[in-house]
Amino acid sequence: MIPDDRLYTAQHEWLKVEDGKAVLGITDFAQQELGDVVFVELPAPGQEFAAGSEIGAIESVKAVAEIYTPVAGSIEAVNDGLEDAPEVVNEDPYGEGWLVRLRLAEEGPPDDLMTAAAYEAQLAG
Amino acid sequence: MTRALRTVLYRCHVESGARFGPFAGYEMPIQYQGVLAEHRAVRERAGMFDVSHMGEIRVRGPRALSLLQGLTPNDVGALAPGRAHYSALLTERGTFIDDLLVYCLDPEDYLLVVNAASRERDLELLQRAAEAEDGGVRVDDQSDETALIAVQGPRAAEIVSDVVGAAAADLRYYSFLRDHSAEDEAQRLVSRTGYTGEDGFEIYTPPERAEDLWAAFLERGRDVGLIPAGLGARDTLRLEAGMMLCGQDIDEETTPLEAGLSWIVKWKKGDFIGRDALARQRERGCRHRLVGFEVEGRGIARHGHRLTVRNAPDCAGPVTSGAFAPTLGRAIGIARVDCGGGLPAPGSAASVTVRGREIDCRIVKLPFYRRPKAGV
Repeated sequence: MIPDDRLYTAQHEWLKVEDGKAVLGITDFAQQELGDVVFVELPAPGQEFAAGSEIGAIESVKAVAEIYTPVAGSIEAVNDGLEDAPEVVNEDPYGEGWLVRLRLAEEGPPDDLMTAAAYEAQLAG
Repeated sequence: MTRALRTVLYRCHVESGARFGPFAGYEMPIQYQGVLAEHRAVRERAGMFDVSHMGEIRVRGPRALSLLQGLTPNDVGALAPGRAHYSALLTERGTFIDDLLVYCLDPEDYLLVVNAASRERDLELLQRAAEAEDGGVRVDDQSDETALIAVQGPRAAEIVSDVVGAAAADLRYYSFLRDHSAEDEAQRLVSRTGYTGEDGFEIYTPPERAEDLWAAFLERGRDVGLIPAGLGARDTLRLEAGMMLCGQDIDEETTPLEAGLSWIVKWKKGDFIGRDALARQRERGCRHRLVGFEVEGRGIARHGHRLTVRNAPDCAGPVTSGAFAPTLGRAIGIARVDCGGGLPAPGSAASVTVRGREIDCRIVKLPFYRRPKAGV
């Protein structure tokens, strides 16, 4: 099931926006496509990014996928647990496998993201 | 683009939940449960691969031996019936067209097992050479009449011998036996060979028997933890074992001497294609060499990244294979470096640039992984 408490990008990332902050992760579909994740490269807290910029990368045994932020903001926290247990991205992509938390540069959620229903439709299509 | 080919075991893979990807014109299983689980199964228990995409070319006749001696660098004359060896087809420049296995069925009958991507070219080269032999050699492409299953891992011997016959367990490394399956007269060839760095077997079978054989291995292997493994795990396993992938690590710009495969070049056996170029290279030294390296920093070097040896900036070149090595728990790779100033010694500090970041590496001797000797 695709959680409906958050928004989605066409690059198979999710964004959960709350109180001017946003938690970013990849979807279950994305982790399945990647296969076993063995290394996650995350930005340093405090770094600022424009919407659409590359902030890190997820390496699986066979492939690498860049992480993009769909929103502008500064990195407030990163998921340090992934350093020793990158497989959590596979095991719990919508929960413990989150990647970074951003402090949003602009008020409110961006309007170009998809709802869970729209993302599900994209996957089906 | 023509439609991708499927092996006869395609339905078995779908049943086992395979995820497919394109490889050498085939739609091949890349993984089932996951590369890490499959890799671990082969190192600790057993894994089974469908490698039916590989090409099988039969070379027969009174002139077969002399033809193969002239086309491959290893000494086919030294092969007794029932033995196989690793060899290559080379260009006049001594570089790889393909790497292959040569099985000696009898002194006038050989089976060549070649890579799917170069099968057509190999076949053409062999057929052209056969024409010059004036009827003394017959070359047949038997790839479509041959399915190939590899069972690999420390528990492979008991599984394979239970399914195909006890004699399999007595085979020496790079030996094989031929038999008839109980149900009919279809020929089967079982060899103690593989591409994983573990003990293991490769079983060549007529396609119509392949599904039953696959099911029999799966059934017999279930108790000891055998699982089907895809090309993803095959790649990480062979890389840990320091085995070259043709078309990626070794190609038409690489000679066996540069690749650390000088042992397949037998100088005393007489002339073969590429010998003169290799002899010159042996005299003058190699300009490039393939070297192994381990990543010490955080990150994974991949094909196409660039490796530079510290304190020797001229000693640098592209990574030809790079991956996370599950058994070692870190990333490893092979790079093709310029070595005008000599080959970098094992232990030399090096670096690769990954997404703009320099990551520490160290040159290491191949293979990265050697299986523990069985305590017999």
